[in-house]
Amino acid sequence: MSLHIKNAELVDSVAGKLTRADLFIDNGRIVGIGSAPKTFKATQTIDADGCSVMPGLIDCQTRLRDPGEPEKANIESETRAAIENGITTLCIPPDTQPPIDNSATVELIHHRNEMFGHQARVHPIGALTRGLAGEQLSNMASLKGNGCIAFSNAKSPLANNLVQRRAMDYAAGQHALVIIQPLDHDLLANGCAHEGAIATRLGLPSIPEAAETAALAKDIELVAQTGARTHFGQLSCARSVDMVRRAKAKGLPITADCAIHQLFLIDHDIGLFDSNMLTLPPLRSQYDRDALREGVADGSIDCLCSDHQPHEIDAKLKPFPSAEPGISGLDTLLALALRLVDEGVLPLADLLAKLTLNPATILGLAGGKIAPGEVADLIIVDLEAHWICSSANFVSKGKNTAFEGWDFRGRVTHTLIDGNLVFQS
Amino acid sequence: MPNNNIQLDENGKLRHFLSIEGLNQGVLNEILDTAESFTSVTDRTIKKVPILRGKTVANLFFEASTRTRSTFELAEQRLSADILSLNVNTSATVKGESLLDTLQNLEAMQIDMFVIRHQDSGSAHFFAQHVRPGVSVLNAGDGQHEHPTQAMLDMYTIRHYKQDFSRLRVAIVGDILHSRVARSQIHALNLLNTAEVRVIAPRTLLPVDTESLGVSVYEDFEQGLEDVDVIIMLRLQKERMRGALLPSEKEYFRKYGLSQERLQRARPDAIVMHPGPANRGVEIESSVMDGSQSVILQQVSFGISVRMAVMSMIVGQSGLHSGGET
Repeated sequence: MSLHIKNAELVDSVAGKLTRADLFIDNGRIVGIGSAPKTFKATQTIDADGCSVMPGLIDCQTRLRDPGEPEKANIESETRAAIENGITTLCIPPDTQPPIDNSATVELIHHRNEMFGHQARVHPIGALTRGLAGEQLSNMASLKGNGCIAFSNAKSPLANNLVQRRAMDYAAGQHALVIIQPLDHDLLANGCAHEGAIATRLGLPSIPEAAETAALAKDIELVAQTGARTHFGQLSCARSVDMVRRAKAKGLPITADCAIHQLFLIDHDIGLFDSNMLTLPPLRSQYDRDALREGVADGSIDCLCSDHQPHEIDAKLKPFPSAEPGISGLDTLLALALRLVDEGVLPLADLLAKLTLNPATILGLAGGKIAPGEVADLIIVDLEAHWICSSANFVSKGKNTAFEGWDFRGRVTHTLIDGNLVFQS
Repeated sequence: MPNNNIQLDENGKLRHFLSIEGLNQGVLNEILDTAESFTSVTDRTIKKVPILRGKTVANLFFEASTRTRSTFELAEQRLSADILSLNVNTSATVKGESLLDTLQNLEAMQIDMFVIRHQDSGSAHFFAQHVRPGVSVLNAGDGQHEHPTQAMLDMYTIRHYKQDFSRLRVAIVGDILHSRVARSQIHALNLLNTAEVRVIAPRTLLPVDTESLGVSVYEDFEQGLEDVDVIIMLRLQKERMRGALLPSEKEYFRKYGLSQERLQRARPDAIVMHPGPANRGVEIESSVMDGSQSVILQQVSFGISVRMAVMSMIVGQSGLHSGGET
């Protein structure tokens, strides 16, 4: 199929600007910008007048709950939610059931995505240790050969520093990226809310910043020791941003992301025990949120992710400390990103780099930019379309949003993956 | 601020009783006044009024309790309610029934009021948000959040002995971090315009930013006791030693145990309170507990009147005036 997108405003994150030009796509690739190659003949034309064309979003942390938790979601439901919301690539952490620590599970995920998926690219992140137990190394080389793009222990503890050091050494030897969500499980204890005035007033077991920063300090030291290229996921604290900033300045091979909800919500939003506000890491203070935004603006934080965690209704229908943490984030990822632009955090092209170019570069994935020869994973977005967030309208199976009733702008009108039109509103 | 109005109806009357936070001085005073009118009932030979006649109250205790549960049951009996008491940790939820299913199954038995104790902070609000209209929830302790009837019986005790809150210095001593009683007391004391509320504890038993609750914080017991009118001692759970929050009971008593000698620091007419059950020799010396300044046993008997008051206000009848005798 060959496609001509007319009158488009292209969001170019490489040059950090917006340009107005026609776009020509053939055989799954971008073949021309502004002018078509001589032999080009469009089989389909889309008039994108009034809309913007962007690279498809790359979400570096999404839980599809597949295999293992069909009551929450599955590959079919969540890849559909992804393409309808402009997300063309999903990176899934290894804490599926069973975990992604063997080739069979990797193949199962790929197989299910081929059978039931909606053509979104699904990339498994392999387990750093076998069974995520933090004791023995997983078969990283084999898993990498099967398509795992990085290795992580997700939220399972790496309690033994020697095991962690060796896992990072081994991964570095395989030229594999290590992804760590810094979390000290001793300091986490049974906490469920940020340690501050809100948790004090509500009597909620609290999670101090040190549950993240003490782990992060150790992790950074192990990066310095091993040289393993490491990406830190879902940072939540001001002090973490500062530590990453300083480590990067020293030249350590470090990158970082944060969940996009962490740039909007704070502990105060828990209100009267709203279990949709239960997340891990917890919603922190306004000070932390502002520092995260600064980190996004100055490049200390390279990527944003949905940290998508769809749940069945019952998982949240419990008293706050007993409910399950996480927010269903696919349906709001793009809208929240656009809101960050509106709130002046970064201009559109630079902000979108956190969801396109940067994750593609860090994870070594196709897509993420609009350039001749690039894979045609593209979305067309009506930036002026206003909508009110209602979980009832979510495409994701998980209706657990923290943004019910929010006023958003920006709707995806078309999604192309590999040059194929996989969604059209 | 969160909207706590779930507790009050459009006329400002009690619909549920979940937390002191979110209530106002008027409601607290009405509880205390109503409780006073019930005190005479508990002193009579026939200790019953028909305010809850024909109503069914379910006592749902997901956590063990002796005195709170028995004083609730007595209060319910004296208001002529039909009573259903369940120890839920030994029944359905162990078999995997969800909390809401438990609640709804009981609702189907035409329960009018639930008295609930549960280990999760926020559970009382959770239940109140999910009961049918017309069904009330009364919090008998939710996690580390609030225990509002305990706080009100403490306020009753303080008012009984000291009258005017605006002239009082009150010290709450011990495990503030884990104490739902302390949180409710602090809110109640502040709503009643207490001159100064102090909390006294080692740092490991203080939540962060304790001052934001509206208290002054003392880590030194002696200093904190200077010139106080009311001393409220909190129970120290034995688990705290295992959790590395404290070195030993002995050291705790040495630094934070209320002895006769320390009591001298307070005003000579200071009263000593404890929500019970007390650990003699850990947080309080036996001679103080049994001494002339202790009002610990009075607290327990006031607990019945206060719980009668709250329940009668929830069903829309304040005190004896609208009740009459059986």
